[in-house]
Amino acid sequence: MEQKSKLYVTLLTGRTIEQGVAKERGKSSSEYAESVSVCYMDPEDMKQLGIKEKTNVQVSTEYGSVVVKALKSLRAPHTGIIYIPYGPWANVVVSSETHSIGMPSFKGVSAEIEPAPDMPVLGLEELLKKQFRKG
Amino acid sequence: MQVVKAVTCPVCGSLCDDIELTIDDGKIVKVKNGCAMCESKFLGYCGEHRISKPLIRRNGELVKASMKEAIGKAAEILAEANYPILYGWSSTSCEATRVGLELAEEVGGVIDNTAVVCHGPSLLSVQEVGIPSCTLGQIRHRADLVIYWGSDPWSAHPRHIERYTAFSEGRFEKSEWRGYLTKLKALIGRKKIESTLRRLFLKKQPSVSSVPEGKVCPTISRTGRKLIVIDVRRTKSAEMADYFIQVEPNKDYELLQAFRSLIRDQELDVDKVAGVPVEHLEEVADAMVGCSFGALFFGVGLTMSRGKLKNIDAALSLVRDLNMCTKFIIMPMRGHFNVTGANTVSTWQSGYPYAVDFSLGYPRYNPGETSVMDVLLRKESDAALVVASDPVANFPRKAVEHLVENPLIVIDPHMNATAQMADVVFPSAFVGIEAEGTAYRMDHVPLPLKKVVEPPRGVLPDEEILRRILSEVRKIKKAKTTEEA
Repeated sequence: MEQKSKLYVTLLTGRTIEQGVAKERGKSSSEYAESVSVCYMDPEDMKQLGIKEKTNVQVSTEYGSVVVKALKSLRAPHTGIIYIPYGPWANVVVSSETHSIGMPSFKGVSAEIEPAPDMPVLGLEELLKKQFRKG
Repeated sequence: MQVVKAVTCPVCGSLCDDIELTIDDGKIVKVKNGCAMCESKFLGYCGEHRISKPLIRRNGELVKASMKEAIGKAAEILAEANYPILYGWSSTSCEATRVGLELAEEVGGVIDNTAVVCHGPSLLSVQEVGIPSCTLGQIRHRADLVIYWGSDPWSAHPRHIERYTAFSEGRFEKSEWRGYLTKLKALIGRKKIESTLRRLFLKKQPSVSSVPEGKVCPTISRTGRKLIVIDVRRTKSAEMADYFIQVEPNKDYELLQAFRSLIRDQELDVDKVAGVPVEHLEEVADAMVGCSFGALFFGVGLTMSRGKLKNIDAALSLVRDLNMCTKFIIMPMRGHFNVTGANTVSTWQSGYPYAVDFSLGYPRYNPGETSVMDVLLRKESDAALVVASDPVANFPRKAVEHLVENPLIVIDPHMNATAQMADVVFPSAFVGIEAEGTAYRMDHVPLPLKKVVEPPRGVLPDEEILRRILSEVRKIKKAKTTEEA
């Protein structure tokens, strides 16, 4: 199969049970950071990008870009859809457009995904410092 | 060791009230009946992430301070602000929210709860269309068709299916748990055969196909309680369902309207709607019309996708149409344990469920203008108070940028991303563990939350902290008016 350097996908964000458990444990815990700095992908899409599980990938939208760890989706097939659990990492790339009703667009955002094995997944503090120069 | 029974779990909107806690030496050591999130909360509440003392930012660093100093600083920030935001409220008690509304009125700010980023659009639609509802108990005993749309209860409300819907043992409807186990056994058996064949012939496994084209589903027409899941991805809940429909992202509205046509016996002159073959939709529409008591639960999959409140309009209208031929109810799957309470208390006190603006001295409500997200995006607020919530971890980056630029006060038991950015941080007691209170379940049934252990020394409940800030704000304002006079 031809390998591509970049894929155009639809980004969904949402809950996972790991995120739910870790957030109750404590949001400054490493479990929380690990549960939300990931991106679930369809195994076919991973093949297309030529990456293995746990490779770092860069997800970019018109609102920003963030490096997260790619994980194989257990709920495949859903080619063309990537899933990042709610959290500070997802927020970098979701749409802030509220369509005048107060609700931003957390789901169904157009995104690009590319392998970024040399770029690190930032920790919570580093991410906040980079985004907001505070914390 | 002491065992406390019938504890209400303060995690998600299901508010399971059958938790049993074992307490030893003032600490919870064992949790019975809870889900993974419940256990995590009850066992981890007093972990290393707990804030022990009030903190104030000095020279860019958060340093420990006395309660009096922190209250004074917070009151000063709020009293001086022209247009402060008071946000959060869904993970605290109704009593704390009530004081929060009083404070918002006093300082002329905007008070908003986390419904704005979960079921805000649902509330807007309910105001337009109306909602046929009932309690979860009625669903447990009577519903013979349960639909989850854009919601994954297995991940977000882990015991919902078991306690209130398909797998619960009702008076008139039996649990489908046994049926599911049989299905699971068959699936495991099939997987075993497949892997043996693969090993024997070293053949590549064919990729799993989604809903097979044109195949009629046998389970949908059987008698007994049925579970249908409609989602953009095959979630764990979808695997438990009798029938799963995978809708294309952002196409829920089309699918809902297609269902509305089908249940009115109208023909669709297309083969597929939102990527789903029409014959599959016809089967589900038949099941909807044919049931005697149906329940449609919808999650943020509908409120956050394209269409937002219009998706809910369509879902509510679908249920209204269904009520022409059978009994059907619809209910939003509320996330935080007391987000329904926050909406209810806000409605009692101000007339509006969320996004209430007191800046003109009377409550105004116009989501899109007075909602916290839009205020932040327009860069209008000049201070913020966040209670039991973590907007820095849950808001889009652009909105957070403005939130952290201004003075920020946080009341939270745990250190989180928002507390890290704050100028004043108050540690608080966990409602439902270390403090009493009232919370509303997703079906608007109020339940008492218990105090089972003592909070750490010097740590107060949200309600008490807010009361102290409010009285300090009043003092500052009074001093100001006498000065001016």
